[in-house]
Amino acid sequence: MDQEIFQKFLPEKENLISILHTIQDNHPEHYISKEAIKEVGDFLKIPVNQIQSVVSFYSMFSSKPRGKYIIRLCESPPCFLKGSEKILEKLQKILGIEAGETTKDKMFTLELTSCLGICGNAPVMMINDDVYGDLNDEKIEKIIKSILGGQR
Amino acid sequence: MKFYRNQVLLSIDNPSLQENYLIIDSFLRQELAKQNLDDEINVLDKGSLGFAGTGVSMMIYPEQVTYINITKADIPEIVREHFIKGLQVNRLLMEEAIKPFKRAEKRRIVLENSGIIDPENIDEYLAVGGYEAWEKALMEMEPTQIVDEVRDAVLRGRGGAGFPAGVKWNFTEILKGIQKYFVINADEGEPGTFKDRLIMEGDPHKLLEGLIIASYAVGATKAFIYIRGEYKLCIARLQKAIDQAREYGLIGKNIFGKGFDLEIEIKIGAGAYVCGEETALIESIEGKRGNPRFKPPFPGVKGIWQKPTVVNNVETIANIPSIIKKGAKWFKSFGTDDCPGSKIFTILGDVTNPGLCEVDLGTSLRTVINEYGGGMKDGKKFKAALIGGAAGVFLNEEHLDVALCRKNLHEHGAVLGSGAILVMNEEASIVDIMYSVIKFFRHESCGKCSPCRLGNEQLYQLISKIRFGKGKAGDLEKMVSISEAMQKTSFCALGQSPVMSIKSAFKYFKPEFERVLN
Repeated sequence: MDQEIFQKFLPEKENLISILHTIQDNHPEHYISKEAIKEVGDFLKIPVNQIQSVVSFYSMFSSKPRGKYIIRLCESPPCFLKGSEKILEKLQKILGIEAGETTKDKMFTLELTSCLGICGNAPVMMINDDVYGDLNDEKIEKIIKSILGGQR
Repeated sequence: MKFYRNQVLLSIDNPSLQENYLIIDSFLRQELAKQNLDDEINVLDKGSLGFAGTGVSMMIYPEQVTYINITKADIPEIVREHFIKGLQVNRLLMEEAIKPFKRAEKRRIVLENSGIIDPENIDEYLAVGGYEAWEKALMEMEPTQIVDEVRDAVLRGRGGAGFPAGVKWNFTEILKGIQKYFVINADEGEPGTFKDRLIMEGDPHKLLEGLIIASYAVGATKAFIYIRGEYKLCIARLQKAIDQAREYGLIGKNIFGKGFDLEIEIKIGAGAYVCGEETALIESIEGKRGNPRFKPPFPGVKGIWQKPTVVNNVETIANIPSIIKKGAKWFKSFGTDDCPGSKIFTILGDVTNPGLCEVDLGTSLRTVINEYGGGMKDGKKFKAALIGGAAGVFLNEEHLDVALCRKNLHEHGAVLGSGAILVMNEEASIVDIMYSVIKFFRHESCGKCSPCRLGNEQLYQLISKIRFGKGKAGDLEKMVSISEAMQKTSFCALGQSPVMSIKSAFKYFKPEFERVLN
């Protein structure tokens, strides 16, 4: 792993979450590998199981490789009321995967999330750092198409 | 400072970013330059202007005209008609009823500068009287006096629990001779709540000034702002604000030669609702899983690294500069005796204009829905409101005139919580929403204590059965008894919360649940 990441931090335990964020953000597959956990353990001098327990606790962290684009669809009550279940069906259909899975071409990972704090535009989802609101079937198609269009 | 004829605020929130905001922004500047107006008209990039679902929007001062759903093609017309001829472009005009400053009422405390000043420029905050409260606090007041002023103001915590901030501060202020910490809880995660995001995006210096004063009052020389990881714009703007404040000598070592040191650091969360609980948040700041700690000792005595730590919500602290500058008496002229001041509510669901408003505490639910939410969408009938987020309570149409303050809501078995109001019309299914609420708690339970971990799982199994037509007689009673047991035995507020929504849903909408039972 990139040693530059460690140079940004002091080897103190309180920096664990920030270090994990940085590792994940810099990994092309947006996840924290077993090897990375071991390196963090060596750097901070804490046991790997302790780091693993932090990775598994926070929903923004993944210990599985993910796609280039991570779709996080909100399923909390305000989005649910505005039809997030239908949006989920649509996304699953277009991408051909269930929530929690990654497409074969490693382009998209579909995840469900708790409230994202953009409820005025429910239903909403985030794709990586971008927010998409007031979703409907048409918009979903357009968004996915434009991402794929920009790719190929 | 340069003076301009007009200030144009462009909304730069996430929804507008997606509508090609940047293209419109640069095209507008280009068109203004073409007409030689760039010296007279100042274009500023703002946070959310306080309304949603309106694409790229623009607010023009001093005339306070708002244009919405602007496309690139509209720009030449706006420049020609509005800025050259002085005529409004009616087809883009936002209706009077949904203007945020109608919403915002006459006297906002927390949001007074949001959407008006440039959040990324400390000079603009200073120009509207920013950091005067900090100057007054440091130069004219003893820390004890500040704590007393906040206590006299009866400023209740705006995060959900409603504990008076001045009382909380006092526990920590009286401890002498040890390292102390102040923490801003910006881990906004209660479903339906985004008020803290808008404070941080719209006026980060206000929060910072409140935090500086609060840290000085309790004697904390290190402060943390714990922001949820998804709030990228908040993180960027607050970091910028901290850097500017340091550059101006408002924080740092020996501030204004008064011998007080303060450093402020941002900590980024990683997606865990339970970290909104103050002891779980402290664990997370220490770099651990966000499992709550046993209380007592309370964080005010033993918090971060076992040192005294005060944790307050963003909105609570954003009230501090005004209280210090204008006094407790002024603050108490708003709101109710038990709950003075204003509160930001987020009005969501089946209303015409979902969004937020800052109103006096004690304003009725009906007023908030009708005047600020623009009434029920498409003229449909009001059925229910879930007040306070997932950890909230369902109310029905008999409660429309309830005053939104702690005391009156309490009389109706409800809580103010974070200020989220999810409105449902006659077509909404309470069974479905109940399912979503319980699914949320099941996912967010941290797993530390069995009542919450197992209880939420059992509740989820039951409500799923009921929702999909497999529920049996007795299932509703089971849900009540499980949630009551959780309330009595769970380690923290998370496990103690589902009982409120469950009992209120059954109290007002039981036939709806019984209809789907076998």
